[in-house]
Amino acid sequence: MSEDLPLTAEDIAEIVSIIEASPYRELDLATRRFRLRLARGDGAEAGFTQEWQWAGSAPEAAAAAAMHAADPDAVAAPLPGTFYHAPQPGAPAFVTVGDVVGPETVVGIVETMKLMNPVHAGRAGTIADMIVPNATMVAKGQPLIRLA
Amino acid sequence: MIRRLFIANRGEIALRVIRTAQRMGITTVLGVSSADAASLPALMADEVVVIGPGPSPQSYLAIDKVVAAARDTNCDAVHPGYGFLSENAAFARALAEAGIGFVGPDIATLEGMGDKLAARALAQEAGLPVLPGGEAATRAAVHTRAAEIGYPLLLKAVAGGGGKGMRRVDRAEDLDSVLDMAQAEAQAAFGNAAVYVERFVAKGRHVEVQLLGDGTSAIHLGTRDCSIQRRFQKLVEEAPAPAMPKAARAGIEAAAVCLARHIAYRGAGTAEFLVDATDFSFYFLELNARIQVEHPVTEAITGLDLVEQQLLVASGKPLTLTQAMVRPLGHAIEVRINAEDPEADFRPAPGRIARAAWPAGPGIRVDTHIAAGGEVPPFYDSLLGKLIVHGATREAAVGMLQAALANLVIDGVPTTTGLHRRIAADPRFALGGVDTGFLPGLPA
Repeated sequence: MSEDLPLTAEDIAEIVSIIEASPYRELDLATRRFRLRLARGDGAEAGFTQEWQWAGSAPEAAAAAAMHAADPDAVAAPLPGTFYHAPQPGAPAFVTVGDVVGPETVVGIVETMKLMNPVHAGRAGTIADMIVPNATMVAKGQPLIRLA
Repeated sequence: MIRRLFIANRGEIALRVIRTAQRMGITTVLGVSSADAASLPALMADEVVVIGPGPSPQSYLAIDKVVAAARDTNCDAVHPGYGFLSENAAFARALAEAGIGFVGPDIATLEGMGDKLAARALAQEAGLPVLPGGEAATRAAVHTRAAEIGYPLLLKAVAGGGGKGMRRVDRAEDLDSVLDMAQAEAQAAFGNAAVYVERFVAKGRHVEVQLLGDGTSAIHLGTRDCSIQRRFQKLVEEAPAPAMPKAARAGIEAAAVCLARHIAYRGAGTAEFLVDATDFSFYFLELNARIQVEHPVTEAITGLDLVEQQLLVASGKPLTLTQAMVRPLGHAIEVRINAEDPEADFRPAPGRIARAAWPAGPGIRVDTHIAAGGEVPPFYDSLLGKLIVHGATREAAVGMLQAALANLVIDGVPTTTGLHRRIAADPRFALGGVDTGFLPGLPA
């Protein structure tokens, strides 16, 4: 797989030096596997940037997950991650159906990039439905809990 | 001899290892989670195996799955990168039992250095200075230690790393509540609640020494300064440590080599020290028995490929480098571009990268797995890439860093780019030698 490869940082530096000494402002290179654009920024002192695009990367499915209909009665995930009902395995859930909560009540946590982020109810109400089961991957904005 | 190398990691470091291994004629097999199946390292590796779903406990941290994947793909050795299983003695042992090599130190070294208290004891045996403090198995013992060394002090997880389970205590009346938090955090992060006590140095710098050993001899590749941190995690690293007398640097380097020789260290490792910014006295903190995120600044000034050195040592070859052959040149600075929001307490921000224009040109190196359309999954750490500049002097390097950061554009997620621009423009940073209190005191 390595035949059509990737230029090293030294290769990029060398190409930039060549463009710099030429009358050209940019190089746009496309192969079956990648497209590389090396371009000078605006302004006299501006340096160069490298922009890569790779064939076969960028899963389409992930981007689609971001859209969720706004549900005014639902507590939405503040960021994508894994939604947990309890602070740790085996511990009692933060809230259960029927609990009365205030805006600042912690109703769950979303683990994102190894950090635990509390989810607050956001408004006063009563827990009507735990929409998402414990330890489920959720997208940003996905409804987690319905309030009544 | 390594012919087929299994890479048990992801992101920029997986790509970094693949590049060097392929250059050395080694076939690379990358074990990925399903969340990374379309990532750039997966495109670049010669072969790819999906070892499990996104969450790392079921993929990158699952020892049985990783070992089985390496065995089933007939790999001779595993490169663990950093984080995940890189310093896990049980993993190295499972590989040994399966007849697969581990690109890293001996199991005994991993065991000795994984326990921070044992590491402290080994360093003391080797004659290195350590901070006042030590073991405190019970609450009463913690109080006794605290009374001995005074406030402020640090509570640190015995099994620690990455700042988790590490807490500062300013007053005796806070000790109990902070101890509870530190133990809970240590339990959650490492499955071991034990903590120990250490004196807190108010004006401290974080200086580390890159080591290379083959089990018989050991050399150093100079210092790195990593004092600019948030939540005890590094954001900016440079080599060599700036604004420090030559003799102070040499003393730290010699101490690190003493430790490496004492434990017959094999492979690439890093000895971390806390240096008092006022008088340059230094104390051993820990030894990281793996490649570090910030290794490129050392590569820039030494001209060496550290991953290549790791692979050579792991192949059973003795070091061909001697201390006299290491001639550092110029000054290098690395900044970590993370997908997180510095305006919102560095909250991590996974998502999709709409555009990634990284700086390019002489003296600039970018280590990244992120290009336009790249996905930052919510399961792992927030590192998007590292920008490394190398200049003839520190002043030149700071100027290059400012110019490069001005050109850097990442669209789609918030990043630390703006914060790095402010750091690079700060007169104290330009002067060099800032302490670990620099970032909290940075003007907005």
